Amino acid sequence: MMRPLILRGGRLLDPSSGLDMVGDLLIVDGRIQETAAAIDGPDEARELDVSGLVVAPGLIDLHVHLREPGGEHKETIRSGSQAAAAGGFTTVWAMPNTDPPIDDPAAVGFVLAAGERAGGAKVQPIGAATLGQQGERMTEIGELVMAGAVAVSDDGHPVSDAGMMRRLLEYTQTFGIPVLQHAEDPALAADGVMNEGVVATALGLRGIPNAAESAMVARDIYLAELTGGHLHVCHVSTPEAVDQIRGAKERGVHVTAEVTPHHLALTEQEVVGYNTQAKVNPPLRTARDVEILRAALADGTLDVVATDHAPHHYEEKEREFDDAPFGINGLETALGLLITELVVPGLLSLEQLIDRMSCRPARIMGLSAGTLRAGSPADVAVFDPDASWTVDPTAFRSRSRNTPLAGRELVGAVRCTLVDGLIRYGLTGYSERALAETVDLV
Amino acid sequence: MSNGAGLALGKDLIGLETLDGDQIRGILDTAEPFKEISERKVKKVPVLRGKTIVNLFFEPSTRTRVSFEFAEKRLSADTVNISSTGSSVQKGETLVDTARNLEAMRIDMVVIRHGSAGAAQFLADRIPSNVINAGDGPHEHPTQALLDLLTIRDSLGSLEHRRVCIVGDILHSRVARSNIWGLLKCGAEVAVCGPKTLIPTGIEELGVRCFTSLDEAIEWAEVLNVLRLQLERMSGGYIPSLREYNRVFGVSQKRLDRANHEIVVLHPGPMNRGVEIDSDVADGPNSVILDQVTNGVAVRMAVLYLLAGGRPEMAEAAKQGGE
Repeated sequence: MMRPLILRGGRLLDPSSGLDMVGDLLIVDGRIQETAAAIDGPDEARELDVSGLVVAPGLIDLHVHLREPGGEHKETIRSGSQAAAAGGFTTVWAMPNTDPPIDDPAAVGFVLAAGERAGGAKVQPIGAATLGQQGERMTEIGELVMAGAVAVSDDGHPVSDAGMMRRLLEYTQTFGIPVLQHAEDPALAADGVMNEGVVATALGLRGIPNAAESAMVARDIYLAELTGGHLHVCHVSTPEAVDQIRGAKERGVHVTAEVTPHHLALTEQEVVGYNTQAKVNPPLRTARDVEILRAALADGTLDVVATDHAPHHYEEKEREFDDAPFGINGLETALGLLITELVVPGLLSLEQLIDRMSCRPARIMGLSAGTLRAGSPADVAVFDPDASWTVDPTAFRSRSRNTPLAGRELVGAVRCTLVDGLIRYGLTGYSERALAETVDLV
Repeated sequence: MSNGAGLALGKDLIGLETLDGDQIRGILDTAEPFKEISERKVKKVPVLRGKTIVNLFFEPSTRTRVSFEFAEKRLSADTVNISSTGSSVQKGETLVDTARNLEAMRIDMVVIRHGSAGAAQFLADRIPSNVINAGDGPHEHPTQALLDLLTIRDSLGSLEHRRVCIVGDILHSRVARSNIWGLLKCGAEVAVCGPKTLIPTGIEELGVRCFTSLDEAIEWAEVLNVLRLQLERMSGGYIPSLREYNRVFGVSQKRLDRANHEIVVLHPGPMNRGVEIDSDVADGPNSVILDQVTNGVAVRMAVLYLLAGGRPEMAEAAKQGGE
């Protein structure tokens, strides 16, 4: 039996309940028992001094690629789960575009089982929407859900056939799960490798226009409106898609949307010099686009932040730009990058950021997480919002190091992550001695 | 290797975007004395004696490779040609391994042609040798633009305020991009002309005019640089047919005659006669196409000489066998 744990003297910040005060948090049996200004806990309780730090509900990432099975040289469920914990995440949704894809119940079971042994954030599998993610035949979505899948998606590819997308948005309603769409018109994106525009023109690289995304988002919204299904738009990168989503929400369409840290913080200029670390799909866009995405996250049109954590091996990125794979490694830099880019300049309050990274993902997907309310699972992120650190990819828990942020100084550092009351991250830096003395190591 | 003062090109020549007008004019000026070498009976000077140059061609090329090879041999460099069609990925060896192997063989310069934009930069960032870009995907082909500039300058006396229109498939053309940078930096006015399907997004932001009518372009221009139409563009859906392309965007003598001013016509070759350019133009009085080929060798000699540390003002002396 785990001994109770008290986090003492932190800033308890929980937008889901409006909580923002300095105080203590008591965890018993893996659940949050109480938050209060001062807790006189049970005698056997261990204590952790977190004064000066923020204690928030653990972050939830609805979009990660853990690469297992088939891409274990990039990431495994274990390394990805631990990287997530290092980033303050306590739940991640794993995309099914592995090799083979997660398109049958046994594969879902494999991801769940590996996730339970992973020792980091909770891993929840997303099932493939179509068999082999080929877009032709629907998977046994009911079986996938009964095996533990939380959503379906063909991410990596769009569901491009409108008829198939309609059926998915209809059929998933029996199970109350969303269809997560990588919104991209394949014919418009063609062989593009970066944002279309003058930067791509000068570099001689093929561009992906904003319309490749917004045209698909528009179509999907009409299908969600037609069917009443839950459409979740992955990694929105364009103002035009934002406009579509805003209009749909005003009409009452069940659409939710995510935006990545890199689309909120970086522009296509990162690609100049053929920097493959900045090759990502959807591509990094213009400064104006970034500005509009930030505003849309602040006003709630874009519901949540999701990293689209896409690990790739060093060698795969060390080649010609055209041949390098798309993707940015995001779990361990997300919180720091967004505190630095959004909170420090005053575009978003820290409370809003925690809301977009924890409370809202839980709310829009109906998860019993993303809150510090008594009775909830003790999924908690403890971080120093003022500490600065330098991104060193060699220190990542992730197996891969593909980030355009190497060497960047960020503000906001994760100190400790608890999942169901167990410390899954936090033995370096700040509280090492205190932890060793007071807490069962896992 | 040390570069000459005043006109340092840096270690490599990747593109004209990163050069300034003085550097570009310096290369053209340096090419002038080298023109004469090719007119001699014994076409060889010892400027690059003892230097080892690898011509690394990942895409088929006859014209550019031969031009570089003549330039290298006439400057007495030792050259090796490596040709590999298909991408390095298909070949099995990565470009970074190719780079390391070349480095291990202690070479002095690499001339690289590759199908991917950025490949020349990629190589240059990883080896200490001088790297010359002989075309990287649709990005740049700086020596082609330099020889175009030299040819225009020879014809019109100067580049400043001259109106040059590049006609054809701008979208896929490294020649177009290098020409745009080079011409703008030398003070010319630049336009592009072609079907909108073959004009890249945002090109106007580089400072060029855009014509979708060839007759309007001809009316405006003093120089037409007519690009080769890659025949696979038709199957790619960019144009409906070669016949229609010739009808709408083909440069014919009849069209040139309609303009009431002299027009110089360039073509980087190889030509599709009867598609982007008619034979009466290619072989006619307006054409300077063969002058381009001759100038190509001189320009490449100049680039090799400058990257090897030569100084523009010493070029005349260097080719006499001094230095």
